[in-house]
Amino acid sequence: MQKLIKIFNDICPEIDLSSSERLVDDGILDSLDIVALVTEINETFDVSVPPEEITPENFNSSASIMALIERLRDN
Amino acid sequence: MYHTNIIEYLELSAPEYTDKLAFSDGADSLSFRELYDVSCRVGSFLSDKGYMREPIALMMGKHPDTVAAMLGVVSAGCFYTCLDPDVPRQRVELILEKLSPRAIIYDEENRERAEELSTSAAVYPYTVACSFSSDTERLTWVRSQALDTDPVYVVFTSGSTGMPKGVVASHRSVIDYTETLCEALGFSDKTVFGNQAPLCFDAPLKEIMPTLKLGATTYLIPRKLFLSPVRLCEFLDEHRINTVCWVASALVLISASGALERYRPSHLETVCFGSEVFPSGEYKKWRAAYPQGRLVNLYGPTEATGMSCYWIADRELEDSERIPIGRPFRNTEIILLGDDLSPVSDGEQGEIFIRGSCLTLGYFGDSERTGRAFVQNPLNQSFPELVYRTGDIGRKNSHGELEFICRVDRQIKLMGHRIELGEIETAAQRLCGVSRAAAVFDSESRRIIVYFTGTPEASEVIAHLKEHLPRYMLPRRVYRLEAMPLTQSGKLDRGALLALFSASK
Repeated sequence: MQKLIKIFNDICPEIDLSSSERLVDDGILDSLDIVALVTEINETFDVSVPPEEITPENFNSSASIMALIERLRDN
Repeated sequence: MYHTNIIEYLELSAPEYTDKLAFSDGADSLSFRELYDVSCRVGSFLSDKGYMREPIALMMGKHPDTVAAMLGVVSAGCFYTCLDPDVPRQRVELILEKLSPRAIIYDEENRERAEELSTSAAVYPYTVACSFSSDTERLTWVRSQALDTDPVYVVFTSGSTGMPKGVVASHRSVIDYTETLCEALGFSDKTVFGNQAPLCFDAPLKEIMPTLKLGATTYLIPRKLFLSPVRLCEFLDEHRINTVCWVASALVLISASGALERYRPSHLETVCFGSEVFPSGEYKKWRAAYPQGRLVNLYGPTEATGMSCYWIADRELEDSERIPIGRPFRNTEIILLGDDLSPVSDGEQGEIFIRGSCLTLGYFGDSERTGRAFVQNPLNQSFPELVYRTGDIGRKNSHGELEFICRVDRQIKLMGHRIELGEIETAAQRLCGVSRAAAVFDSESRRIIVYFTGTPEASEVIAHLKEHLPRYMLPRRVYRLEAMPLTQSGKLDRGALLALFSASK
């Protein structure tokens, strides 16, 4: 989780990660952010987020992003 | 046929294309007959209430009804402004103050927001306006009073002083744009558009107007889909969308995520983009994905109605080459002038001036700024002739195609939105305790950064900006400084601020 927080701090530091459960639904993250986040997540966690997994549900909160990363690592 | 009113397009297409789908958001839709019927009802409603030759504001979402409401306003001899439902209330009220419309129409989704507004305007629910009975006789009379130099809409764009600028477009400029755009890009009644741009800007005219003129179809793609590349591709396939005109970042989401490779939308024939830089790696992916398709770069300021130039990708670009903006549409001229306002020689950079019927009428309630941007053609000393001074620097490349180089001022483009950094600074400086604020744009990360001096915490400045600016204008980082870096001549040193930001990355 620390690593993910660091990625967020680099890409979109104005976002208060702990308080938002609707990062995508409320338009806090835009498509540029998502592309940048996916690139960083792929590098940092040595995973490859497939396009099907880029959905508002998976990117709405830090917990859902973490869950996605765990899922991709297990496979 | 020589048109003088945009509604004529719908009057001709409605009887021919009756039950064909005109506008849909994937869930709700309007056929040509329904669109015509509903727009006449809305027009009759407004006219019956005595509105004419005045602005009517629409507070409605991205929905086919909104298109019907726009056309209804124009049928009533009025002109519309769409208020973006996602923009903070303060900014909406700033716009309303400038426009001072006597009426606002809202949809169910925006009921609360509309009723909360502090405005003297009458607020009407769309459901009431669209169920009024049509008064053909009255609408015919209204039309007989209309001229093609009358306004169709006012689109508000970022203004450097903190006050949004309302660009007023006339029937003549919109018709000129529609005719020449359709001709250049070869749209037809087989065209199925997938619209991305929010309805509150001039950008959706690219889809709306050809749809009305040609009997084409436009899908207003829900905004949420632009955050799910695969669902977006599936939507394009499901509705057999063959033409998109999107900001580059929307295309980048599909290509950079890998969705283009695995879920390539199979009906796409024409992919237009513009309004911002298209990273060359992503551009190449699109070119490779549609070897038989057409990729088109579009360029144009809101002040010249929509798009002014186009370039159809008909050759490979060198790695170092910018994607050209090509050449102007028919009946539009681009003039490149140097600092001395004389024409530059081929290959040299100059400011882009635009000449033609595409010119809008100017800024609403702002003759001063209108006078600075809409100026006498410097090459014509013989009679009055306005040209629009874009503030964009361009040049002709070795192929004779136009290229956009940069801005002369501090305007930037982000996700297709035109942003004046000065407006962000003004907004930050309005917070009590901020003595000075500077907004800079880091072109590498494509992010806005704000530095300020004064007593508030950075988080307070962010919270304040969120209340006053649309989300796309919010800075990505806000820092407090003890003192602003100054140049030797004592001016704010923006270069030093950018260097400071780069060093902190």
